[in-house]
Amino acid sequence: MTRRSAVTWRSPVVILRGRKVVPGTVAGPALVSHEAISGWGGIDPAKGLIIEPRHELFGQCFTGKILVFPGAKGSSGWSGFFQAARLMGTAPAGMIFTRVSTKAALGAVVTRVPAVTDLDADPCQVISTGDWVHIDADRGVVVVTPATVA
Amino acid sequence: MRLTDEEKRMLDGIEGPAVAAAMDLLVRYGEALDCEHLCDVRNVAGTMTQPSPVKARLVTEGGWDKAFAVINLDCDDDLEIPPMRVATCQLQHGFGADAAGDVPYPAQLIELQGDAEAFYGRHGVNILATCTPYQVGNIPVRGEHCAWMESSAVIYANSVLGARTNCEGTASTGAASLTGKVPCWGNHLDDHRYGTHLIDAGVRVDDFAEWGMLGYFAGGLAGEERPVITGDIGRPDLAELKHFGAAAATSGGVELYHIPGITPEAPTEAAAFGPAPVPAAVRYGADQRRTVYEDLNSQGTSTDVDFVLLGCPHASVDQIRQAARALDGRRLSPGTELWLMVPRALKVIADRSGCTEIIERAGGKVLADSCPAMSRVAPVGTRVFATDSAKQAHYLPAILGIEAWFGTLGECVDAAVTGRWSGHLRQHADLR
Repeated sequence: MTRRSAVTWRSPVVILRGRKVVPGTVAGPALVSHEAISGWGGIDPAKGLIIEPRHELFGQCFTGKILVFPGAKGSSGWSGFFQAARLMGTAPAGMIFTRVSTKAALGAVVTRVPAVTDLDADPCQVISTGDWVHIDADRGVVVVTPATVA
Repeated sequence: MRLTDEEKRMLDGIEGPAVAAAMDLLVRYGEALDCEHLCDVRNVAGTMTQPSPVKARLVTEGGWDKAFAVINLDCDDDLEIPPMRVATCQLQHGFGADAAGDVPYPAQLIELQGDAEAFYGRHGVNILATCTPYQVGNIPVRGEHCAWMESSAVIYANSVLGARTNCEGTASTGAASLTGKVPCWGNHLDDHRYGTHLIDAGVRVDDFAEWGMLGYFAGGLAGEERPVITGDIGRPDLAELKHFGAAAATSGGVELYHIPGITPEAPTEAAAFGPAPVPAAVRYGADQRRTVYEDLNSQGTSTDVDFVLLGCPHASVDQIRQAARALDGRRLSPGTELWLMVPRALKVIADRSGCTEIIERAGGKVLADSCPAMSRVAPVGTRVFATDSAKQAHYLPAILGIEAWFGTLGECVDAAVTGRWSGHLRQHADLR
């Protein structure tokens, strides 16, 4: 399960394979959280910021980023807040997450950005903030180019 | 996804474009979950009337039909919204007209919400206006499939009532209300309802504050999975389980827990885990309890308390009575406000039973429909608040940028009367 596909010591580019959550392709810089994210009470959709004071990404902006996170926590307002971020123009460009839940799945659907899950390695460990990430959700493929190479 | 003939007809627009849009959202959502089929629901608890900047803009552009289409169905088309197909209620939202003057909530939002209530009421939505629909007449029976929002209500419905609902969102509940369908995934399935973690309480958990702390611990441990609680826990009442669940759904994403011998799907500890072996217990002892207490109280530095918030989730009749007893004959500090949040239906009972009068005579306010987190308002100038709710202590610093203290009802009322926080963790010896 934790196998990295198509990776050799010569290649700095990492390819992960999983399944589609929301179809589409997109590329952008990664914003990686190692903690679950709250939607309602955790993000400000007007500004595209993480606002939970004790969160590792407190104060960081997710707009236009590939948001990589282990799962969704907290209120059922999760999806509604990410939908509001889309309607206010502050949404992330794509989502990659580990634990499938109704909050994360519906949140990705109504954010209407390419999203994948069930990857063959832990994306929160393999991907670092600032890495360049390409998502081909229909094929379930994520290509990660580390920031030091990109 | 495999759809039934009935569901295909809905998707194809035979029942109108709004139902088709609802079914389209459910299919997209079901595929995102990798779910195979939908299940029938007859009980939806969602949110339509809560004012927001986006909603105000959509209503200006295209009325409430437009707002429902975009927000509750995730559809950009201009649709006429038909009556709700199945029983649907509105959860907590903003403040109503009777709170004007008592809370600094903008008049235009009260007006917007009033318009929304009229529109959705005509379309078959019951305006319960509480995060605790199970306190005011919407009590699903065991095994009933529901589509509920509000994490604290979802965990109560699943765990205490034995109903079956995932933690749905604004769009999925909107789609469910027009179709009577929701993805048959997660908590709807037998195999996903067994416990995953065993927590053994080695300290006595015997009041509202203690159950909140244990819930906060359980959520931190179990994350999105299903804790089973044993140990020195006595027999919790409605308010204690309401607080436990709200806290577990805040620190983690718990939607279902079991308490052997108390909650309906766990007659025994072994039954709580189904076919799986009972895992090794994780201890909740004096050290763990202190860590939770300090975590909840890590967002306060000043002991000058401007604001005391009680009733999250919305208070039970017993809690209203307890607050009235604690405030009877006392007077709030001139610089401190106290709000007790209640379901509107229970405010009627508080009024008739004399509780409201006692609380108001002390200078407190009994408020319905909303809370500071939903309405994003606190008394003007609030810098430091105190609460008996682990959930509000967790969220309000982020939402309103204020400091928080967490403690017992008695400590919160003392803070309201003196204007100072003097709470501390009650000494509680490890029993084993």
